[in-house]
Amino acid sequence: MIFGLPVISVAIWLPIIFGILVLATGDDKNAPLARILALVGSTLGFLVTIPLYTGFVRDTSEMQFVELHDWIARFNIHYHLGVDGISVLFILLTAFFTPLVVLAGWQVIEKRVAQYMASFLIMSGIMIGVFAALDSILFYVFWEAMLIPMFLIIGIWGGKNRVYAAVKFFLYTLLGSLLMLVALIYLYNQSGGSFAILDFHKVELPMTAQILIFIAFFFAFAVKVPMFPVHTWLPDAHVEAPTGGSVVLAAIMLKVGAYGFLRFSMPITPDASHQLSGVMIALSLIAVVYIGLVALMQTDMKKLVAYSSISHMGFVTLGFFIFNAYGMEGALLQMISHGFVSGALFLCIGVLYDRMHSRNIADYGGVANTMPVFAAFFMLFAMANVGLPGTSGFVGEFMVVLGAVKVNFWYAFAAATTLIFGAAYTLWMYKRVIFGAVANHHVAELTDLTLREKVIFAILAVTVLGMGLYPLPFSEIMHVSVNDLLVHVARSKLPL
Amino acid sequence: MDLMTNLMPAGAEIFMLVMACVILIADLLIKQSGRLVTYLLVQLTLLGCSLITVGTHENGVVYAFHNMFVDDLMSDVLKLLTYLAISMMLIYSRQYLTVRGLFSGEFMVLALFATLGMMVMISANHFLTLYLGLEVLSLSLYAMVALQRDSAVATEAAMKYFILGALASGLLLYGMSMLYGATGSLELGAVSSAIKSGAADKDLLVFGLVFVVSGLAFKLGVVPFHMWVPDVYHGAPTAMTMLIGSAPKLAAFAFVSRILVEGLQPLVQHWSGMLIILAIASMALGNITAIAQTNLKRMFAYSTIAHMGFMLLGLLSGGIEGYGAAMFYTVIYALMSLGAFGMIMLLSREGFEADTLNDFKGLNQRSPWLAFMMLLLMFSMAGVPPTVGFYAKFSVLNAVVQAGHIWLAVVAVLFSLIGAFYYLRIVKLMYFDAPESHAPIDIGSDSAFLLSVNGLGVLLLGLLPGTLMSVCAVSVQQSLLLH
Repeated sequence: MIFGLPVISVAIWLPIIFGILVLATGDDKNAPLARILALVGSTLGFLVTIPLYTGFVRDTSEMQFVELHDWIARFNIHYHLGVDGISVLFILLTAFFTPLVVLAGWQVIEKRVAQYMASFLIMSGIMIGVFAALDSILFYVFWEAMLIPMFLIIGIWGGKNRVYAAVKFFLYTLLGSLLMLVALIYLYNQSGGSFAILDFHKVELPMTAQILIFIAFFFAFAVKVPMFPVHTWLPDAHVEAPTGGSVVLAAIMLKVGAYGFLRFSMPITPDASHQLSGVMIALSLIAVVYIGLVALMQTDMKKLVAYSSISHMGFVTLGFFIFNAYGMEGALLQMISHGFVSGALFLCIGVLYDRMHSRNIADYGGVANTMPVFAAFFMLFAMANVGLPGTSGFVGEFMVVLGAVKVNFWYAFAAATTLIFGAAYTLWMYKRVIFGAVANHHVAELTDLTLREKVIFAILAVTVLGMGLYPLPFSEIMHVSVNDLLVHVARSKLPL
Repeated sequence: MDLMTNLMPAGAEIFMLVMACVILIADLLIKQSGRLVTYLLVQLTLLGCSLITVGTHENGVVYAFHNMFVDDLMSDVLKLLTYLAISMMLIYSRQYLTVRGLFSGEFMVLALFATLGMMVMISANHFLTLYLGLEVLSLSLYAMVALQRDSAVATEAAMKYFILGALASGLLLYGMSMLYGATGSLELGAVSSAIKSGAADKDLLVFGLVFVVSGLAFKLGVVPFHMWVPDVYHGAPTAMTMLIGSAPKLAAFAFVSRILVEGLQPLVQHWSGMLIILAIASMALGNITAIAQTNLKRMFAYSTIAHMGFMLLGLLSGGIEGYGAAMFYTVIYALMSLGAFGMIMLLSREGFEADTLNDFKGLNQRSPWLAFMMLLLMFSMAGVPPTVGFYAKFSVLNAVVQAGHIWLAVVAVLFSLIGAFYYLRIVKLMYFDAPESHAPIDIGSDSAFLLSVNGLGVLLLGLLPGTLMSVCAVSVQQSLLLH
């Protein structure tokens, strides 16, 4: 409770209300006010989520901070919110990134500032809603609503090819979502008239129905993750989106898809999940290996990091579908770490892009000479992306590989190649951009980080190192929920 | 006294008819500059009708005029929504028509007669009353489309509308005559029980049913009887397009559901099959063809075809879920359609119709508020939450799944995905492109206010859709499903 108000609702609606206030500041004459209001709103938005972490009871997998109100009585739909060990960290992650994104767009965004800031604030509230919703229609509403601000962010403030990217992003994700909607309605009718996700977990389903539902969910979630072969929207969207948009996409929106697998696919259709786990593992490994190779060939920094995201998310889905505690916990940690690291990398590229207006690796070289502080931060995040021990990237990847060895040596072997490919593409890019002689007079004129940028990177660097050196605060909170989920998934739901 | 009680259920219709005649005569005495008086009288008439409709509401179903007329909850709800839609239409189009010299007494009286036709359709319980209402509505609409008599496209649209409309009425009458021949009655309840008793000739019934369904399909504008829709929507002055695209859909819903559900329920396995074909064809053709349109009114015409196809899905699923969903869908569609055409009229100026896609370019820079309202309306039409269009689609899909047609639900969502593209394109034009014209948007404060209410209504109903959903479900339950 915050001032007598339920925590999760405050976390959802506070940024949205601030978003509306920011919108109300009107046109660009009031841009400074819009920026300050957005920063205050997003910082408050993060602060109000902290009780979720501190007040979380670690030794139960029950939903906590539950709010349950009637919403649409006709269909037995409720305004039902709550968190367990799986979702709680993502809510914090979402709220954590919003002030950073606001800061990152502080000076760069000059046109329609209020709309830009408001989009991020509103989206932040909506994404928290996705992670906290326990009623599937409420979840669906948040899930789809999330598309609208992102569509506008990419389309208005994006790069040259922004319209194509925005429309592709929207239609790809809508396709998956609509099939999921049909599956949800089917489940509603099977569960005897309830849309509660936890009731869906209990519904007995024959194999055919499970497989079809799994496929419908797969379309919705795999597009968001994104898994091979429905990943093609991501590089386009990332490249064209403004820095803030890329950060939110990589750090949070991709996690929403993976979260969906844990909340919907696996517990609702456990038998189909086991049945199709081979396919899922194969797709994950293709993402890890093939997309890793694709990343190696990129000449555009943003595209490179985008492909690297797909490859890393392959690790996450691999961790889920090997069905053991190491894999799943590792995957969750990997999701959080990837949120920090990919967000940080996109911010790094944003810093360069703001100064040079180019994302081409070939246009750079010797940046370390003119931007030493930046080079140091960039180094740290690049290493975390590689998965160097001591950074957050290591923990999750190591656990997933450990989990995979228990299932099949070759899964682990294929997955572990990412440590090589990841190092190759990340460090090669880093070398070409940062080291060497100063490539041209543009690079020579670069100025190092401003205080605002230093603050952003310092916060992220502390988090990345902190999580790498001492991951316990992150893993202990999810422990019970993950084990409980694994127990649930191991149980067959086929009707006897 | 007895006569009075008998007339009570039709009180609103009688009041409307009297007022339409009074206004027709009174308007002769009013100069063009005083046309606002007529306008206010019309609005007052609509208000009066709503009061009478609410006042004469009785629980249960009341029949009048030897069972030719029915007053039940569904008819009251639909009538109230019809008044609302007509009143909104008049507010939206006042300035638009004034600028074009069409803001005349005839327009308003015809609008009232069209409303009367809709009211009769909504309350009809007899093939003849149904037909009477339909023709009062249609004839008024034909005349309204032709009102701009120096415009070639409007005249052409009116001609097409009239000829195809007459053909459709012919089909409908032919079908009704066969049903009459088979069952010996024109009253819906009697037709239904005659069919149920098994005495009627099955072949004749099905033969008649085909014609009735074709006639209804014509009036709804669903594929393959949709050819008039794009031309009429495009050719008619936008105010008339708005009228055609909004309130009559409510009446059409009542019309179709009374005939098919109240009258021909025993033939459900025959007509639901026909509706499946009509619905799929409409969603496919409507959504795909809409993509190719550059004229916004044509695009909305195809989008209407697709929406009506979607609505039929609810109707064919049956039960309180299905009929309730279809009614909810129709109501929401009318609301969105009013907003969308209202926007076109707001952006239009003297001698300029803002009805091509390019006219919406960069609207966000010209007027962020209007662009936001249009954004809400478009996402609602596409069925994206948190707008109410989503719940309309959701309730229909729920009915379809409950009826066991899961494949049909999948087909429907795939076509709505295609549909999302062209709605999205308008958002794209408004937000991502630079404006072509920087002409200041000169809008009357009343219509701008109404548009804001309309757009925010789409959002607010989306956040709290429960009440309207329940109203629709309860009305069909107390009206259609009694038999």
